[in-house]
Amino acid sequence: METINKDSKKHIIELIDVSKEFDGVSVVENINFYVRKGEFVTFLGPSGCGKTTTLRMIAGFEMPTSGQILLNGEDISNLPPNKRPVNTVFQKYALFPHLNVFENVAFGLKLKRVETTVVDGNGKEKIKMTKMPKAVIAEKVRRALDIVDLSGFEKRSISTLSGGQQQRIAIARAIVNEPEILLLDEPLGALDLKMRKEMQLELKAMHKRLGITFIYVTHDQEEALTMSDTIIVMSDGSIQQIGTPEMIYNEPKNTFVADFIGESNIFSGVMSKDGLVRFCGKPFTCLDSGFEKDEPIDVVVRPEDVQIVAPENGQLKGKVTSVVFKGMHYQILVQCGRYEIEIQSTVTPEVGALVGLCVQPDGIHVMRKKFRVNKFTGVITKRNTVEFGDGEFECDVTQLYPGSYLDEEGYLITAKGEKLDLTDTEVNVEVGLHDITMSDNLEEGGAQGNIISLIYKSEYYRYIVRTENEEDYVLACEDLWNENDLVSLSIPKDKIRLTLKDTEGAKK
Amino acid sequence: MTQVKVRPRFSRKLLAIPYGLFLAVFVLIPLLIIIYYAFTDDAGKFSWDYLRVFFNENGEGFWGFFTSYNFKTIMRSLFISVMSTLICLLIAYPVAYIIAKCKLKNKSVLLLLFIVPMWVNFVLRINALKELFVWMGTYNKSNAWNIVNTIIGMVYDFLPFMILPIYTTIIKIDKSYLEAAKDLGATPARAFVKVTLPLSKAGIMSGVSMVFLPSMTNYVVSNYLTFRNVKIIGKLIDDYFMGDLWHDGSFIALVLLLFMFLFTWLTGGFSADEQTETRGTSLW
Repeated sequence: METINKDSKKHIIELIDVSKEFDGVSVVENINFYVRKGEFVTFLGPSGCGKTTTLRMIAGFEMPTSGQILLNGEDISNLPPNKRPVNTVFQKYALFPHLNVFENVAFGLKLKRVETTVVDGNGKEKIKMTKMPKAVIAEKVRRALDIVDLSGFEKRSISTLSGGQQQRIAIARAIVNEPEILLLDEPLGALDLKMRKEMQLELKAMHKRLGITFIYVTHDQEEALTMSDTIIVMSDGSIQQIGTPEMIYNEPKNTFVADFIGESNIFSGVMSKDGLVRFCGKPFTCLDSGFEKDEPIDVVVRPEDVQIVAPENGQLKGKVTSVVFKGMHYQILVQCGRYEIEIQSTVTPEVGALVGLCVQPDGIHVMRKKFRVNKFTGVITKRNTVEFGDGEFECDVTQLYPGSYLDEEGYLITAKGEKLDLTDTEVNVEVGLHDITMSDNLEEGGAQGNIISLIYKSEYYRYIVRTENEEDYVLACEDLWNENDLVSLSIPKDKIRLTLKDTEGAKK
Repeated sequence: MTQVKVRPRFSRKLLAIPYGLFLAVFVLIPLLIIIYYAFTDDAGKFSWDYLRVFFNENGEGFWGFFTSYNFKTIMRSLFISVMSTLICLLIAYPVAYIIAKCKLKNKSVLLLLFIVPMWVNFVLRINALKELFVWMGTYNKSNAWNIVNTIIGMVYDFLPFMILPIYTTIIKIDKSYLEAAKDLGATPARAFVKVTLPLSKAGIMSGVSMVFLPSMTNYVVSNYLTFRNVKIIGKLIDDYFMGDLWHDGSFIALVLLLFMFLFTWLTGGFSADEQTETRGTSLW
């Protein structure tokens, strides 16, 4: 996350610790960022990541639950939308169907009051707020329509326009007001691919010509990479990474960003030493350093960075399992033992052929592992089970006191012969990624939840399962499940590691 | 191969037959009978007599029509229905707006509260209203009060027909239009006038015709609430037929028909744009 610059003058808009909840459900959590004047900034993320909510908070349609929104250094958090110098291009355009093109574009101008000097009855000059003269409005509308290439469409009714034309009118309607910031909420979502590509370039050109700050929301990573000066990648209500398109693509901060932006092979590995990483069971030289010795890490290799060579020359050897023509290149899948590797290449090996694979050091990107273990705080119940993470699991409580055992009544007898009642003792719980299993038999497990994310890591899928009360479990599984599947989670008794939270509390 | 027999195929058009029959027997034929009676005399011969009688009731020539009994009745009907429609609209719009905009999950329950009165028998309701007027002392007090009573009765009776179509159009207005208006600098009040109101026009028009047309002719209300002292056009027709004056009655019925047609045409009821769609679906 970028830190807040002291020199906030240049920052046209700045969000400080902004959170938003809807009916107690957190949608945006403590986000911080700023936008420089004249920048083209894109919020990028999957649906439901909070990007549209953030945009709507800047527009004024939603008020933040906590935090501040500063516009040119002034707090506008509670200003209604009509008082903000910001205009929005809506996802479905929201052009007024009862008005024609001219009336739609002129809507904002007709509401505007401008300062004019008038001479009153006593011959004194006074500044009065008056409506904008009709001729001025007409001229401004004409110019706005000119910018979006729809001159002469003034009299047309909205329903006679194509999707692309409506899109342009929506843009004209916003820019005619000369806002300080133009907000665009997935404006190209409803257009077909070709039109979308054209509009992307046009929007980019328009941004250059007008010099207005653009804040753009999209779930299309290619769109974001094409158009933006800065990309803010969001997931699950928080910012994952802020950076230029090149930075985001070449140096993703975590597996989420790597997986979301572009195609990627993600492996779990260990950092043997600076410049040497071990994954897929082989050592590779890389350019990364500054990790602990043998630190578990995630490795990202872009499919275009994998080269196909003769089997004897490869760092890895594998069998080609699929070759798909993608226009510019072929998408090739190679199975190397347990690992499936995706490659983009212009050479086409035959399916079933044995090939060698090479990755150059600059094609390997090493990231710190975000989840090494699931950590919860829990409470021991009467039956010597432990409640944590919105569920209840059987566990071995004797591990809390070395050499202890349970008597018939369920009391814990320590090695020294002390008798302890562990009910309501708070403990820290740790469960490894690979120790949790999912099942669709909901009776089976100790907790249940929905799969909210899955990332393929060549060997296994990494799932995040979220329970009803928003507890997240991160787990690894070789089988493919679907997002949103409701699953139950079970953990073997001996895989739940417990430590006392408060040593004093347990001894009473 | 032998020749394949062509089976008569069931086509969707056949589904229209029941309605077609109904229309012919109960609408088209009666209409033709009315036209027949309006333009024939007792001997069954074609005549303009009743047109003449209608416009020259007092025998004072064409200008006499404007002081005639028929003209006065039409004007009275018009006044009552215009007032009823206006009052209905003034009451119904805020109600429909509030229900449509409220954040309750069960808006339909709230809406039901305004429709439930319709489930009580119409005659019973009007009689109850009459008792209320008697208690208040406005029943048959004066001619002016009789008109007021009639209008209150009409509003009472037709209010749900105004609320429903307005409610359905308001609830259908996409929230983003209002957001766009505010985004472009409109205060909530301006946004209402410039966006919500014009976009709910279809519902208003539908409601207006649902109230205006029946309140022109619903003489049961005026009969009960004014001891037959306020005569509207529906009552006029009834009187002629009850008095065995079929030809006069038929002619006035035709005039009324023309009137309705004109009104529907003026309020855009025949235009084939999307507004008519809302008219059709807006009621329930």
